[in-house]
Amino acid sequence: MHTASTLPQTTSAVATTSAPVHKHSVWGTAVRFTLIVTVLFGLGYPLAITLAAHVLFQHQAEGSLILKNGQVVGSELLAQSFTSDKYFHPRPSAAGNGYDATSSGGSNLAQSNTKLIQRIQGDIDKLSKESGGKPVPIDLVTTSGSGLDPDITPDAAYFQAARVAKARGVNAEQIRTLIGQHITGRQFGLLGEPRVNVLLLNLDLDRISGK
Amino acid sequence: MSANGWLQFFVYSIVLLLTVKPVGLYLARVLEGKRTWLDPVLGPVERLIYKLSGVNAEHEMHWRQYAYAVLGFSAVSMVITYAIERLQAALPVWNPQKLSAVGPDLAWNTAASFTTNTNWQSYTPETTMSYLTQMAALATHNFFSGAVGIVVAVALVRGIQRTSSKTIGNFWVDTTRALLYVLLPACVIYALLLVTQGVPQNLAKYTAAHTLEQSSQAQANQTQTIAQGPVASQEAIKMLGTNGGGFFNANSAHPYENPTPFTNFLQMLSIFIIPAGLTYALGRMTGSQGHGWAVFAAMFVLFAAGFTTLYWAESQPHPLLHGASQTTVASGETGNYEGKEVRFGISQSSLFAEITTAASCGAVNSVHDSYTPLGGMVVLTNILLGEVIFGGVGSGLYGMLIFVVLAVFIAGLMVGRTPEYLGKKIDAYDVKMSMLYVLIFPLIILTLTAVFVLSPTIGLPALTNNGPHGLSEILYAFTSATGNNGSAFAGLSANTWWYNVALGWAMLAGRFLMLIPVLALAGNMAQKKSVPPSPGTFPVNGWLFTVLLVGVVLILGALTFFPALSLGPILEHLLLHAGQTF
Repeated sequence: MHTASTLPQTTSAVATTSAPVHKHSVWGTAVRFTLIVTVLFGLGYPLAITLAAHVLFQHQAEGSLILKNGQVVGSELLAQSFTSDKYFHPRPSAAGNGYDATSSGGSNLAQSNTKLIQRIQGDIDKLSKESGGKPVPIDLVTTSGSGLDPDITPDAAYFQAARVAKARGVNAEQIRTLIGQHITGRQFGLLGEPRVNVLLLNLDLDRISGK
Repeated sequence: MSANGWLQFFVYSIVLLLTVKPVGLYLARVLEGKRTWLDPVLGPVERLIYKLSGVNAEHEMHWRQYAYAVLGFSAVSMVITYAIERLQAALPVWNPQKLSAVGPDLAWNTAASFTTNTNWQSYTPETTMSYLTQMAALATHNFFSGAVGIVVAVALVRGIQRTSSKTIGNFWVDTTRALLYVLLPACVIYALLLVTQGVPQNLAKYTAAHTLEQSSQAQANQTQTIAQGPVASQEAIKMLGTNGGGFFNANSAHPYENPTPFTNFLQMLSIFIIPAGLTYALGRMTGSQGHGWAVFAAMFVLFAAGFTTLYWAESQPHPLLHGASQTTVASGETGNYEGKEVRFGISQSSLFAEITTAASCGAVNSVHDSYTPLGGMVVLTNILLGEVIFGGVGSGLYGMLIFVVLAVFIAGLMVGRTPEYLGKKIDAYDVKMSMLYVLIFPLIILTLTAVFVLSPTIGLPALTNNGPHGLSEILYAFTSATGNNGSAFAGLSANTWWYNVALGWAMLAGRFLMLIPVLALAGNMAQKKSVPPSPGTFPVNGWLFTVLLVGVVLILGALTFFPALSLGPILEHLLLHAGQTF
């Protein structure tokens, strides 16, 4: 190994040191250094953030959970299964056996995969038939990346309005008004796409027309 | 495509551009050892780390010592990660789900993956890794490997900057300063910002929710178990260190990792902010700001071209579906929604995918496997070009500087003069090291892909998709591993012994076999004398140089892989539009 002192120097920092460094000292330093920074960044940092998050933003830090009659009914950020005609349905889910919040993920099916095309076409045909031949919004027949997408497009919400109104025996216009109130626009008027949170919409639906 | 989609791209680009100078100046200050405004708080911590680990902060290292230190730090931290994964069931804290020990091949793969800044994940985190493992074994590497990338890039810049010097800096000092003054303060603010938007940060057991619809038919529908954890703290460094390893399986598509379009914007910005700032630091430290901007411009041109192609490809309706409205009225977007989240839409999904593969990040906010064939080809090509389009923190800059050396060399050949780069004559050794860097990459990718594609017993059973897309899945896996990206065509069920072991070695080779030639180049450049520029010197600032650099990247990178791409995504595109599916 070279020692710094025997070499031509260009910086003053180099000129002041001359301790020879041997290869074996790398390991000692590496072990000590790694242990120290592991404690600092692996425990100190996340625990400090956890503490700060709980003090400042407890609701979000605990997962934006929704309570109803003292019970957790879900998270406003996560889709859950709805199959009854009385509720708005979220997008289909490939997370586990569907909406499994311990097994998030997408279908991973390629555009050229026969299974994907058959699945989507099957859902299109079914929904189209139920709605009297209306074109089916594409997000309602495609699985999301997480399988827990809490949102549908406003198109997909309006598409389901007639079904929900009929099942609940209420005026379709009332349902459409409710959807309108639940549309979240682009953030700051620019970012993302307009959307409707299915769980929050369904909670409000129960509020206005019972179960 | 919609006007708003393009507007988001332009706003993103402008915000990124505005960060380049301040971030670059700050990075240069930190890595030149100058005082920053955080010194009163972090200075004592910095000195304590040196004292406890026995680092002489004044000592300067020869490039070989620097390389030993990189390898020593990486090896020790990799062993610790492996040990925590294997022992997580026995460790008494932060395992509320009582998850069992990680198996040896998966633990090896994951340790290699996080050590190399790849963050390839062969597992579902929420059912595999305890909170302790996530924090102390995985998120730590997000800090460490990001810092290592930065300091190796800076060591190379010092090699360019210094004359007649045998040394290129002190690895321990550089790493400590990158960790303390750059990554830590940024992550503290960033993590809390993420929490405000809805990213959880807790150590509690998973929550059992009694779902709204009281379904009589399926018992399982009535409760939803909600995985949580210390997500925000990990998410911040996952993006800022261009690591990309998700706290959850769905990564940044998961609403808990990336709940709003604003967090998505922050995540995209935080991937590029350090790599883009480093181009300014390059200009600053070498005294040629024009060169820094020329490198930035080359990266930006490739980025804009990639996004345009990707956004266009994902905006195509599926050719074989009928009876659906593939245009959304509210957003005005048409296109491929499979694997994409409604809150991001086509444009923010395409932009995220472009950025995460241009950089070596590998976080995903949509399913790349379900992209259109040509969209999938763009993200794959970004990695195949060597992740030099801003690239990973540090690795993007040193990768691009290798291409700069080659561009200068080619320009020299064209005019028949000894090539020079910022006052240094480029000799045979420099070109050899650069070519070594450029050749190792395709050698690993194409060899391993060929082996697994040809093996019906170990390679093919892992596929979800058949036909040309199957080739793409395997090619993507080895490209992502070797390029230390970590994103995937995730239909590939890679959690098998053979894939875990092979991908683990590919990640280590793709990191360290490429990083050592970079340090050798740095050492060789540092000891050269400076020669004054002559009329025959090819200028490395200005548009002519940018065009040449882009040309070299495209020719070297893309042509190497064109045969593989034509058998994968290009063939898939042609067959799909001819009505053939698999």
